[in-house]
Amino acid sequence: MVIKKPSDIASSEITPKSTYVSRRKFITGAAATVGTALAGGFYLRNHLDSSTVHAGGAKLSGIVKSPFSTTEKPNSFQDITNYNNYYEFSTDKYEPNGLSKNFRTRPWTVAIAGLVKKPKTLDIDTILKLAPLEERIYRHRCVEGWSMVIPWVGFPLSALIKQADPLPSAKFVAFQTILAPDQMPNQRSRDVLDWPYVEGLRMDEAMHPLTILAVGLYDEVLPNVDGAPLRLVTPWKYGFKGIKAIVKISFTDSMPPTTWNKMAPDEYGFYSNVNPQKDHPRWSQAMERRIGEFRKRPTLMFNGYADQVGSLYTNLDLQKNY
Amino acid sequence: MKQLPEKYVRLLKLPAFVVCLGPAFVLTWKGFQGLLGANPIDVITRTTGRWTLTFLLITLSVTPLRRITGMAWLIRFRRMLGLFAFFYGSLHLVTYVWLDKFFDVHEMLHDIARRRFITAGMTAWALMLPLALTSTKGAIRRLGGKRWQKLHRLIYFSAAAGVVHFIWLVKADLRRPLTYGAVLALLLAFRILMWIRNRVTARSTAVRQAIHT
Repeated sequence: MVIKKPSDIASSEITPKSTYVSRRKFITGAAATVGTALAGGFYLRNHLDSSTVHAGGAKLSGIVKSPFSTTEKPNSFQDITNYNNYYEFSTDKYEPNGLSKNFRTRPWTVAIAGLVKKPKTLDIDTILKLAPLEERIYRHRCVEGWSMVIPWVGFPLSALIKQADPLPSAKFVAFQTILAPDQMPNQRSRDVLDWPYVEGLRMDEAMHPLTILAVGLYDEVLPNVDGAPLRLVTPWKYGFKGIKAIVKISFTDSMPPTTWNKMAPDEYGFYSNVNPQKDHPRWSQAMERRIGEFRKRPTLMFNGYADQVGSLYTNLDLQKNY
Repeated sequence: MKQLPEKYVRLLKLPAFVVCLGPAFVLTWKGFQGLLGANPIDVITRTTGRWTLTFLLITLSVTPLRRITGMAWLIRFRRMLGLFAFFYGSLHLVTYVWLDKFFDVHEMLHDIARRRFITAGMTAWALMLPLALTSTKGAIRRLGGKRWQKLHRLIYFSAAAGVVHFIWLVKADLRRPLTYGAVLALLLAFRILMWIRNRVTARSTAVRQAIHT
């Protein structure tokens, strides 16, 4: 008598012919998809064209050129307004444009507070007339490892600071974004960030000619998605320093808290200067992907503005003060 | 357990296969249409990553669904689903190796060592690899059902590493990764409950037998 060893494979585990045939089809199909995806990648590489039409916003007039502008080709209006972080609206970079469409930028006032001779509240339309509007084509480096070239329109922050007349004891400038949970969906949740968003600069950084308050993009009024009606731009620092929809600017004698630093102090420091030598726990900062380009390019010290701002940090250990 | 006639199972496999391939097709199509936005590589990375985790969870839900609904034939789709998790995971990895790092081995090793979310992601993929390699009928036979089953429990660890990878990579707002984590916890809790129930039943059977003898 032949005693068969019981099979240790349950009948349910045995693959019928149709399955393994379909598995071969699967592998073929998978390979085809990979191939197609790669072909798609190459297609994109050649077709990442920046000129996309968009419905225009209100034009700004009397914009003067600036010697601080880079000669690099700016990214398209389409890319600048459809790929950015604005956590008050969404943590997704593609969503803020749509979600911020109806954000109200009028009436709008900015409170000047803290160590100033006369605290006051300025209307946005008064602020717009503080100084001639300049075009500032700046490199923009996000801490996440991507970058753009953005033609901002704005004026030096120093013009507003002079107007505010800070006391000699003022050593720092603190900025605050509007708190408007009725308009900014993510502000209804404490799980995202500690609202309102706050940022800060040292006084010499704030007075630096590269530092601007932006009110426009290309030759138009600043789109809501980019921080209308008033946002900070410090091109040698990571993008998150560029606080949006500012409602309060105050002068302090001690280093003000900043939102991302409160969130993760080991990842984001107060200075947040672009520094390819200072590795971020999540991303290498040595390289960046310029939006519209395929291969990454090396990141420059102070985002390429070392000649202008390097002297601000000569006595500072940039590995510790990141 | 309810059985589905063999011919229906076979008939269902093709549409199931096409549906599973859907996300890859949509991504490819959008790529050709230039609809992947300002940073296509970022979109490809995120989409393939999300579908890897989704397919892992779908694969893990086959057993609980089968137990709850009694539809035994669902098991016939498990391998395909698991292989799709591996397929999207591999696309995700290729995107990183090629489009993100451009085969810079030094940079990638640095990443794996320094950045814990990369370490977790690599672990998740590496744990899927032996499962994909032993997905054939021959491999099951060679390994023996018991050992094969034991090996394939690695999927729990792969899925867990995948969720950890997601949690560690977001800068703020953990709601999305934690949703995946909650589903995984639920699916694993089901298995723990089943295991406890089986042990209790086994023990009471043993006790009954002891009394009778």
